[in-house]
Amino acid sequence: MSRNRDAASTGESPAGPILRFDGVGMRYGRAAEVLRDVNFDLAPGSFHFLTGPSGAGKSSLLKLIYLAERPSRGTIEMFGRDVEAVALADRPFLRRRIGVVFQEFRLLDHLTAFDNVALPLRIEGGKPESYRADVAELLAWVGLKNRMHALPPTLSGGEKQRLAIARAVVNRPDILLADEPTGNVDDAHALRILKLFVELNRLGTTVLIASHDEDLVARSGQPVLHLDKGRLRAFGRNVRQEPGA
Amino acid sequence: MSEMFDVKRWKPAPLLPRKDPRDGSLVFVVAVLCFLACLTALGALAANRAAQGWTGQLTGSATVVVRAQGSETPDAAAGRAAETLAGVKGVSEARAMEKEKAEALLEPWLGQEALELNDLPIPRLVTVDLDPEAPARAADLDKALKAAGIDATVDDHSLWIADIERSAGVARWSALAMFLLIAAAAGAVIAFATRAAMAAHRETIEVLHLSGAQPAFVVRLFQTRFAQAAALAGLFGAVGAAIIGALARLAGGGQGLTPVLPVAWIDLLAVAPTPLLAALVAAVAARVAARGLIGELA
Ligand SMILES: Nc1ncnc2c1ncn2[C@@H]1O[C@H](COP(=O)(O)OP(=O)(O)OP(=O)(O)O)[C@@H](O)[C@H]1O
Ligand SMILES: [Mg+2]
Repeated sequence: MSRNRDAASTGESPAGPILRFDGVGMRYGRAAEVLRDVNFDLAPGSFHFLTGPSGAGKSSLLKLIYLAERPSRGTIEMFGRDVEAVALADRPFLRRRIGVVFQEFRLLDHLTAFDNVALPLRIEGGKPESYRADVAELLAWVGLKNRMHALPPTLSGGEKQRLAIARAVVNRPDILLADEPTGNVDDAHALRILKLFVELNRLGTTVLIASHDEDLVARSGQPVLHLDKGRLRAFGRNVRQEPGA
Repeated sequence: MSEMFDVKRWKPAPLLPRKDPRDGSLVFVVAVLCFLACLTALGALAANRAAQGWTGQLTGSATVVVRAQGSETPDAAAGRAAETLAGVKGVSEARAMEKEKAEALLEPWLGQEALELNDLPIPRLVTVDLDPEAPARAADLDKALKAAGIDATVDDHSLWIADIERSAGVARWSALAMFLLIAAAAGAVIAFATRAAMAAHRETIEVLHLSGAQPAFVVRLFQTRFAQAAALAGLFGAVGAAIIGALARLAGGGQGLTPVLPVAWIDLLAVAPTPLLAALVAAVAARVAARGLIGELA
């Protein structure tokens, strides 16, 4: 990343939370709620892990943030706005401020690594001449300098992981979400990926990573949001304490 | 290590895979529909020209049946009628048909023997060529004949002309209806293909959506893709129809397949807008179909 940035450049007041969950519940269809009464704030520029056993609702919580699902209860505020009050036509612009590294990558297999990373910039309507150098630089930064024209199916798990990270951050989102980004790589590689997130966070991006990897979480020393059976159980620093939550 | 990747030469790849195994059959079906639409158009043009030719011939002339009265011989009556008619405004020429010619016309109906009896009162015919600029009306001819005291009936072919014009109208409207039907079928095929393509590329659509693509961005991808496919199909169909039209023109000799289906070289130009029209129909159909499905994402 060549350009520097800080929380102030997001255009929000640095004082308020960049993300706030207030009494949020969520269900798939008519099934029972998979998230119940979730309350927390994330300060701009913070770094958190989201932990919890399988099925606790980590991915579901992230889906609420990247606007793939809607809460059944409560309010979610992002950048100081109630997400549900945002007009349908404006939701795409909100999504562009959130980078996501999906649990299953969701790379487009028919596009080269370079085209995959360029995707968010094309969506924003940029001219190729104006962003292709940035894309190349970012690919080099995640260690894929020599794999730019490779198709995702020909990449290793770790390479796909780093490609997905590059795509998630190429348009300099304010919030970066990652779902099990170290799920299927060895420890050394997991550390390498963690270092990428830490660097992005230093540049001002608010980071939230869902992870099973207790070891990695402990080693990072970053605060933790712990989910259990759809409820938020433990909070680190930068997280608002809710009585009786 | 693989070959170098030249960043400066990079151009964004199509977001939908360039090659789709379904494209071949789609292009074929739409090309066939375009071909049929073009043939319909060529047929309608030819039918129109044929009708114009016929009515032109018929409006340019009239036939008068003259019956001799009193002591006047039929030939004398016919001659007098021709003279009278030639003087009417809007008539360029009037000729009494010779007896032999009139008999030849009647022979199939009456038989040789009847004519040989020679005492049959064979009516004489006068053919009248009308001035193409300002043709005389049947009523004018009638009046002139009455004034000259000639018993005659004027046939200005108006019955036939009305018949031909009615048929030509039916042909035009049928062609238009067929054209619309074919366009609707093409639209339906494209809509169907769009829905299939969207199902096949569901993952791409979802990733675009979650990356902040507006619905219009996604709709445009499918719209462009199917408009391109249809334009290609339209080109094939139009070329095919133009070849058939050219063959019909050549087979017909000087006047095309005269007089039934006179195709003119200029008619072949009518197929030229087909790729554009096909692309337009496809774009609309794909757009409507894609918007219907994309509405589910919000
Ligand atoms: N698309 C869905 N439709 C219905 N139920 C779902 C769906 N996705 C998840 N669930 C249910 O929601 C609950 C929480 O799932 P979620 O994927 O959020 O858990 P998770 O903490 O991410 O688990 P893991 O660590 O295994 O990824 C689970 O009971 C799961 O069965
Ligand atoms: Mg999960």
